[in-house]
Amino acid sequence: MTEPNRPRWRFRQPSVIPGFGLTFGYALTCLCLIVLLPLAALVWRASGLGLSGIVDVARDPRVASALRLSFGVSLAAALTASVFGFLVAWVLTRYRFPGRRIVDAAVDLPFALPTAVAGIALASLYAPTGLVGAQLARVGIQAAYTPLGIFIAMVFIGLPFAVRTVQPLIAEIDKEVEEASATLGASRRATLVKVVLPPLIPAVLTGFALAFARGVGEYGSIIFIAGNLPYVSEIAPLLIVIKLSEYDYAGAAAIATIMLGISFLTLLAINLIQAWSRRRFGYV
Amino acid sequence: MTVQHVSRPIRSLRRLACALALAGLVPAGALAQTAMLNVSYDPTRELYRDINAAFAADWKAKTGEDLTVRASHGGSGAQARTVIDGVPADVVTLGIPSDIDAIARLSRKIPADWRTKLPNEGLPYTSTVVFLVRKGNPKAVKDWSDLAKPDVKVITPNPKTSAGGRWNFLAAWGYAYERDGKDAGKADAFVGQIYKNVPVLDTGARGSTVTFAQRGLGDVLPTWENEAFLVLQEFGADKFDIVIPPVSIYAEPPVALVDANVDAKGTRKQAEAYLQFLFSDQAQAIFAKHRYRPIKREAADPKDLALLPEIKLFKIEDLQGDWDTIQKKNFDNGGLFDQLSRAGR
Repeated sequence: MTEPNRPRWRFRQPSVIPGFGLTFGYALTCLCLIVLLPLAALVWRASGLGLSGIVDVARDPRVASALRLSFGVSLAAALTASVFGFLVAWVLTRYRFPGRRIVDAAVDLPFALPTAVAGIALASLYAPTGLVGAQLARVGIQAAYTPLGIFIAMVFIGLPFAVRTVQPLIAEIDKEVEEASATLGASRRATLVKVVLPPLIPAVLTGFALAFARGVGEYGSIIFIAGNLPYVSEIAPLLIVIKLSEYDYAGAAAIATIMLGISFLTLLAINLIQAWSRRRFGYV
Repeated sequence: MTVQHVSRPIRSLRRLACALALAGLVPAGALAQTAMLNVSYDPTRELYRDINAAFAADWKAKTGEDLTVRASHGGSGAQARTVIDGVPADVVTLGIPSDIDAIARLSRKIPADWRTKLPNEGLPYTSTVVFLVRKGNPKAVKDWSDLAKPDVKVITPNPKTSAGGRWNFLAAWGYAYERDGKDAGKADAFVGQIYKNVPVLDTGARGSTVTFAQRGLGDVLPTWENEAFLVLQEFGADKFDIVIPPVSIYAEPPVALVDANVDAKGTRKQAEAYLQFLFSDQAQAIFAKHRYRPIKREAADPKDLALLPEIKLFKIEDLQGDWDTIQKKNFDNGGLFDQLSRAGR
């Protein structure tokens, strides 16, 4: 793993775990069976329509608006989750306060909660008759059954990803580095921007990517709070379910393939940015 | 050393194989005792719990055989799809004829002429759409025309995913068609006006019930008659009123035998008896008790019948044609519902 004089690329890396052939074959088989096979079946199903058929599906105004909604709101929600997730992770690792461990454990709850339960809880909270919804209604904001509701649900399910990816890195930052920066005359702001943040960026990006991917794919919690009105608050996964109820398997597979393609490109782009920042800053 | 390393994964593989074989045996063992599966739609949970118990007792008395009838529930369209995709249903009892037509067309597990195999075109009971409103009916909803008023919020499920949603849609259409001198264009526009008043489209009838009753959204919930009574029972009669419109739709939730499955499982005899049982006096009385409209009114308790008043019901087939046409015109991709939601955005 020594970076500077790495030998030429080799297929077989020395490792503490013996049996390279077996483990590598095992990993590859698992990946194929569990991940690639279903995805291949999906693309196969969609390929019945042909490329022009898939393009037609994507250009259908209702599908296009659902895709815009799904990806646009996920993006906004992942950004929000990243910012607030960063703050939560910072507070949890840097400060000691009573109940810290309880808060720390609570961060993971959206992982464990069945998504439908989360959706119902959020919907009853943010509905115009709900605890928060009634207050919002007073200032003229309706949260549940609008795209805002979708945003809230996506931030909720995305937050743990943002927190958990950044947290270990914040814990690893050496206090000495900050002290050195301070003794060398850097202002607090310069220390934050030039010393503390750069090594965290790849992790923040990972958290962002995970929250984004989760938001795009989320169905269970969102349909309860979205309102599901065509062209307004209908997410792409719901449109897939609707296509299935019309027995339009190819159409459903086509929307799924389009989502898969966009998600793959987005995640690839984020990975490339990560690789770049890793080279640039030389951290994990 | 090497032997050790190789044998360990192999041993665990063998264990895995054993586990898989065991997992495979369990459903096979369960099948040895005669069990039947009734794939049904969403609001019939309470109904078929009673029917299945009554039938099992009846069957035991007649043949001495222990028979378990299990029921699975969900949105009518989604349930039809599970049968197409291979759920071993012996009988289907769905919310709308087009869902059984879809099974017949797409999987051929049910013959296309399934409606001729049972009495009354495969309808052991019928139902209709009534309105549930908030106590005291503050928006004075009396008839379908009130649903199109701009200040009335209507809660109804998505007709693409819900059979109840489709009956609501067709009921509104049929009402306007009869009112405006059989003008299909005016009826289309009327339905469009109602759907402009819909703030939430849930995926199933139960979802809409929860949105209306628990979340407090909307002024009126057009819904299955039985579902409306269930809400009064569950949420309290002091919170809601049932408004029975002067005209509504003759809703047809049909039943059918899944021929291919009963032949594969060897349960034809039991499944046919089950379907015939639905037309017996005993079952008819249970339907009325759960606020479905029995086809043999004389078999039901008059107290139950009093809650199901005679109103003017129209059959959508008389207005639009056969079910293929109805499905295509209204709900298929690019149909009336799609056009209305595109125009209304």
